[in-house]
Amino acid sequence: MDLSIVPLLAILVSLAAVPLILMSSAKPNLREAWTVIAGLIKFSLVLTLLPGAIEGNSVELHLFDLAPGLPLALNADPFGVYFAVIASGLWIFTSFYSIGYMRGAGEKKQTRYFASFAVCLSATIGIAFSANLLTFILFYEMLTLATYPLVIHNEKREAINAGRKYLAFTLTAGLLLVAASAIIYHYTGNIEFTPGGVFGDIELPRNTMLVVFILFLGAVGVKAGIMPIHGWLPAAMAAPTPVSALLHAVAVVKSGVFAVTRMVGFIFGTDVMAAYGLNDILIVLAGATIILASLIAFAQDNLKRRLAYSTVGHLSYIVLGIALLTPLGMTGGIMHIAAHATMKITLFFCAGAIYVNLHRTEISNLNGIAKVMPWTMGAFVVGSMGLAGIPPINGFFSKWHIILGSLEGDMIIPVIVLIVSGLLNVGYFFPIIFRAYFKKGEGLESYGEASPFMVVPIVITATLSVLFGLFPNLFFNFYDIALLVGDSLFNGGTP
Amino acid sequence: MVEFFTGHYAYWFTLILLCVGLYGIIFKRNLVKKTIGLAILQASVVLFFVSIASKWGATVTVIDKNIPVEQVESYLNPLPHTLMLTAIVVGVATLGVAFTLMIAIYNRYGTLDEQELLEKIQ
Amino acid sequence: MIESHLPAIIALTFVLFALLIPLFGLWKEQLCQPLAVLGSGLATVFSLMAFATYLQTGSIRYFFGGWEPPIGIEFVYDGLSGFILLVINAVAFLVLIYAKQPGRQEFNGKELAYYALAMLMMLGFNGMVLTGDLFNLYVFLEISSLSSYALISIGNKPAPFAAFRYLIIGTTGGTLYLLGVGFLYTNTGTLNIIDMSAMLPMLVDNSSVVTALILMVVGIGVKAAIFPMHGWLPDSYTYASTPSSTLIAPIGTKVAAYILFRVMLYLFGIELTDAVIPISYIVGVFACIGIIYGSVMAIAQTEMKRMLAYSSVSQIGYIIMGLSLANPFGFAGALLHVLNHAVMKACLFMITGNLRYKEGHSNISLFNDSYRKKYPWTMASFSVAAISMVGLPPLAGFFSKWYLALGTIDNSNWLFLAVIIVSSLLNAVYFFRILEKVYMKNPDADKQEEPTEVIEYNDVSPSMMSPMAILAIGLFVIGFANAAIVGILLDIFPL
Repeated sequence: MDLSIVPLLAILVSLAAVPLILMSSAKPNLREAWTVIAGLIKFSLVLTLLPGAIEGNSVELHLFDLAPGLPLALNADPFGVYFAVIASGLWIFTSFYSIGYMRGAGEKKQTRYFASFAVCLSATIGIAFSANLLTFILFYEMLTLATYPLVIHNEKREAINAGRKYLAFTLTAGLLLVAASAIIYHYTGNIEFTPGGVFGDIELPRNTMLVVFILFLGAVGVKAGIMPIHGWLPAAMAAPTPVSALLHAVAVVKSGVFAVTRMVGFIFGTDVMAAYGLNDILIVLAGATIILASLIAFAQDNLKRRLAYSTVGHLSYIVLGIALLTPLGMTGGIMHIAAHATMKITLFFCAGAIYVNLHRTEISNLNGIAKVMPWTMGAFVVGSMGLAGIPPINGFFSKWHIILGSLEGDMIIPVIVLIVSGLLNVGYFFPIIFRAYFKKGEGLESYGEASPFMVVPIVITATLSVLFGLFPNLFFNFYDIALLVGDSLFNGGTP
Repeated sequence: MVEFFTGHYAYWFTLILLCVGLYGIIFKRNLVKKTIGLAILQASVVLFFVSIASKWGATVTVIDKNIPVEQVESYLNPLPHTLMLTAIVVGVATLGVAFTLMIAIYNRYGTLDEQELLEKIQ
Repeated sequence: MIESHLPAIIALTFVLFALLIPLFGLWKEQLCQPLAVLGSGLATVFSLMAFATYLQTGSIRYFFGGWEPPIGIEFVYDGLSGFILLVINAVAFLVLIYAKQPGRQEFNGKELAYYALAMLMMLGFNGMVLTGDLFNLYVFLEISSLSSYALISIGNKPAPFAAFRYLIIGTTGGTLYLLGVGFLYTNTGTLNIIDMSAMLPMLVDNSSVVTALILMVVGIGVKAAIFPMHGWLPDSYTYASTPSSTLIAPIGTKVAAYILFRVMLYLFGIELTDAVIPISYIVGVFACIGIIYGSVMAIAQTEMKRMLAYSSVSQIGYIIMGLSLANPFGFAGALLHVLNHAVMKACLFMITGNLRYKEGHSNISLFNDSYRKKYPWTMASFSVAAISMVGLPPLAGFFSKWYLALGTIDNSNWLFLAVIIVSSLLNAVYFFRILEKVYMKNPDADKQEEPTEVIEYNDVSPSMMSPMAILAIGLFVIGFANAAIVGILLDIFPL
């Protein structure tokens, strides 16, 4: 069977759902049905690419030239498929959860919400499957624009300011990406994602390379939440919780770290990164971000904001793993994309369920809620312990690999950073659990567990976190793919 | 040095006219005076073209039975003259439009002073 | 055999209709608009035919009356003039379709004058683009200018004053250009561009040739509204009637920019232009200042038309910047931007016109979220045009910036690259400001106050809607088809 059209279909299917969603504005059930159907089709389309990806094959599709010599091209390589499976798989859970959340919270303009969400998913899959930087830019900007209506969803002053902040950061990033791509194109004549990098034998003056790298890092670092350009992420928590869950824990920020990986492994290449000392910049920034974000998370009383800073920190785990430039570190970083996705989406889902059910957003108000919402809080415990790196949850597994990777590269400081950060994670999650389980709550008598639309996805994602921790190759062979990608980026691109 | 000025007196003259015209356009507040400046500016360029067509000892570009046509050094260069006929027509049309606009402005605001007009529009 | 006469036929079409419109218009005024549409439609068809001929057989030189240069006057139809002709005639065609209803509302009874003048102005523009003779160019310049002064004076109360100021500045510019032509004529003895360009290399050091170049650039720069000679533009575009500003804004400055291309790249050639003074760089720096200045001023405006006018100052800077780069990518980017900006600005001015037609004003501070429901298609087109102006893919605006960026990098001109990036962000500020107002509830508004009147669909009729929609869709089409267009443009590059 010829699969070459599948990546395109996977991108278009949720885009095709947008007019259907808009037209069924008056019938919420039908509208949500379109979302779910599109999600299922998308996921199954992506799954058809998985067997090939496990064997290390890519599916390429050249559509037409966007600019002379620069085609709009898709390339579903193992790494792209890996990311697409995570994003499209979690979209299905989020869709169900969104239904429960949006109706439970009585949000307005739900049609716009579901339509924008579908566009976001198209863009995310497009990012995963982009074969060159120009195609990548196209989807990257599309994601920026489609996320904006979600950030400002409730149209309060706070949300609008957050939206402005979001646009200011991401549009600047997009322009830096254009500039960086143009410069790379000028020097190499090639901006296709190539394992091992596009530079080949071309040598640039050190300063030029440094400037290009910093431009590029500024571009992808915004969505990856690297400090000091993470500011939009906590602000964007003004969005409804499912948006925070899927976009600000999975799609948007993971697109950022996905882009970092593409940059390190496929544009600059591990050899160039090491030769020009570019990875040191990345390691320092990522290490600093991990520690600082964890410390700032302590100070947050708003649950979503604490989770947001936790996200900032964990994104830098991934960046750190990649920046180590060792196969095991790369594998660990890539594994953490999936691990953090399942765990953080669980936590955000919990935060949303608590908000819809109890109308509580501050951590200091969460006393005793485990009694009324046992399933939700159980899942919360799983997710937070996983993020702290406690086995057997999948967060431990990826972190372990990053530590191995830094030892492989004879670096000891990243190990210390990771261990300290693990303790800090325990530190800022434990008070929440303690309050929920061991303190006496007030005014909770009339409440029960949240709606099944919300609780079922929460339990499933939490279960997945544990399962992937125990069996990393379960269902999707994530571990094999991560190993494969990690290896393929060294030794000049040959696996 | 003196030669430089006297030898190019036609050019100096057009240059002075040009400056007078620009002065009128930039510094005069009354729209009519601005238009006069504009006309002077155009006239200076017309004169410049005419002056570059001139030759010593040549006559105007009308066929004279006594001078054969082949004897080109005896005739002025006709091309700048014809060009300037067109340019003058353009200038006249411009003045026409300018006066029309001024009438419209005066009917609406009752003044042709630029400063007053700006104040009234704000 | 008609092909070889096409250059003359295109211009003569406008002469014919400029005469027919008063003739039939005196009999029945309703005939004016259809005749003008027919005239510009025919000219568009002829331009298309001529461009197809050009692509097959190359440039056409048309000698009037069979008199060859230097005695006769010729029209030169080459790639550059053909491309510009196609753009301006097609845009004028759409604008004249659009003009029917706003024209009837804003200057009822003066339609005859408007459409006849529009034909005359188009004649002037077509003549400027086609002519191969410098003095002939001056004549056409004045034809187009005089008609545009008259067109601008058809407007609201201050319009004649704005037109008068434009007249003074514009005529001064034209006169300076004529003086420059005089200098060149005294040195070369010819007025034909092709003849003269063969002779000029022998006169590199002649100071009067350099002076002539400066005079011509300044004179045409006034018409092209290059900073700091843009003073006439904001008032003229703001106070003119909707049909006038919609017709002049997308076309007028572009034709002047075309003359600069002709003079700097074809007549002199870039080496000669920069032989004594680096004129192209100086022009480029002024263009950059104009880009930033125009964008900043646009942010400060509350009247949408004035905002768009300042945005025009900024956008014309891109075109001039591409010219000043004088390399293939800069050239192609600039010409693509001529096309893009003509389409975007025409579309945006039509949107302003729609709002003025329905609401009676286009004051941004009075915009509110009822517009989204009342004028969904107008606002959708606005979103498309605005996003294209900001320069996000896959819309047309992104690609001209992409090529311009490549051009700046080819010249290692980092200043210009930075200007492109900064100005895109400034564009985003003033366009998203409007989008925010139109698509969102005012968060500071009184919550209790429910809308008393029922908001109903109230968008404009098809004669106004369809040109706008075609232009908005055109932005997608140009974006996706830009590789083909740029392929042609790169072939046209003269060096």
